[in-house]
Amino acid sequence: MGHQETVYDALDHAHGGEGQWAFGTGFDEPLAGVDTTVPEGIDPADLGAYCLMLGDDALVLCQRLTQWVTNAPELEEEVALANCGLDLLGQARLLLARAGSVGVLCRSRALATGSIPDEDALAYFRGPDEFRSSGLVEAPNGDFGQTIVRLLAASSWRLALFTRLRDSRDPVLAAIAAKGVPELTYHRDHAARWLLRLGDGTPESHRRAQAGVDAVWPLLADLFTATDVETRLTAAGVAVDPADLRDEVRGVLATVLERATLTVPGWPVEVPSRGRAGEHGPELAALLADLQGLARKHPAATW
Amino acid sequence: MTAALTGQSGHFGRLADARAVAETVTDPELPMLTLADLGVLRDVRDEGGTVVVEITPTYSGCPAMGVMRADLVHALHRAGFADVDVRTVLSPAWSTDWISEAGRHKLAAGGIAPPGHAPVRTAGPVPLQLGPSRRTATCPQCGSADTEETSEFSGTACKALRRCRACLEPFEHVKEI
Repeated sequence: MGHQETVYDALDHAHGGEGQWAFGTGFDEPLAGVDTTVPEGIDPADLGAYCLMLGDDALVLCQRLTQWVTNAPELEEEVALANCGLDLLGQARLLLARAGSVGVLCRSRALATGSIPDEDALAYFRGPDEFRSSGLVEAPNGDFGQTIVRLLAASSWRLALFTRLRDSRDPVLAAIAAKGVPELTYHRDHAARWLLRLGDGTPESHRRAQAGVDAVWPLLADLFTATDVETRLTAAGVAVDPADLRDEVRGVLATVLERATLTVPGWPVEVPSRGRAGEHGPELAALLADLQGLARKHPAATW
Repeated sequence: MTAALTGQSGHFGRLADARAVAETVTDPELPMLTLADLGVLRDVRDEGGTVVVEITPTYSGCPAMGVMRADLVHALHRAGFADVDVRTVLSPAWSTDWISEAGRHKLAAGGIAPPGHAPVRTAGPVPLQLGPSRRTATCPQCGSADTEETSEFSGTACKALRRCRACLEPFEHVKEI
């Protein structure tokens, strides 16, 4: 086979440097006009690393949720999961833009053209080992029941965190969190109501919901141990120690599972997060190949 | 160099003009509403001759912000304001309570049920809602209050899908946030 032309090849030459970068959001800087000065006493590198963790969680879970588009059990549910993903994508953009604003750049920034905003470079040009997402969001969807259990766990954790981050000493992070709270409330309620229907539904839906619970539960193990960055930022009044989220998250999950007539597994043995340290399984690499492949093949494409 | 819009008493009118122009710009996804009706337009002011416009996103992932910004800049340029700076404000977070009375009437006239009061925001943990949605909405087609929610999510982030039990028509509802 000789050189294969694709429709995307045309993008590389379309506008001679005049057009918008084809794959991102360069037309719309999410923090345009927001004062991004870092308050005194906050280490910008730590703040950036923290925003990356929270932004990556949102970006990766968004990508997982959008994998249901064209596959969900009914159209309304497809739209619902895509809407949850869209909210998370917005949160990811804000958080990655905040990380970029304090100087977090990716190793392979040079692959991207200079005109690409930092948030897009962070999303498209980092390798898996540069991602700081948790194992909970990275795991494959499984069936619909497992997807709902994961959405319940992830939104409960994130809602508990964002509720507290509204008081962060970084005003940008506090504003992003405050904006996310009502969104995450919708996601958690949606997942909780689905789990009631599945758990307390037919024997088959109950069986599969319980299998989803059993598959997701071990992924909770590394969500409640602070990294060094979180410990330092918690002391500085910027972040929240994830251990402080445990009781609330555990309580929410137990309430929903019991109402859904599902068995609450034993709490997993807590361990430090591998994902926050950049250690991920092959699932993340495959997910990022989907997310990033086109942009990396045509890094200078415009439209 | 443009003279400061409010530098002298005679220029106050220019700022009022700029505000009036900004207030005519409509939402790309709810075109029956202006950004002012929607509560997305937060401020129009003069900073040393530059018209500074502040807008706030409805949802974090609102994909319309870029279009709103471009529409505002375009409308103000067309009205003769050369220096325009559209800025995002994130705090306080947008609430459907900011949709004006006029905006609510326009939504209903356009076949979209306007939101009720937003839930009260408290400081502590957000209570889990396990029952069916407590939201209610009046059918924008026939006016019946006998309607049901079919999905909490719809074609845009800010709306839910409902169905009227009286006239059987489906309709969208701007959900409270």
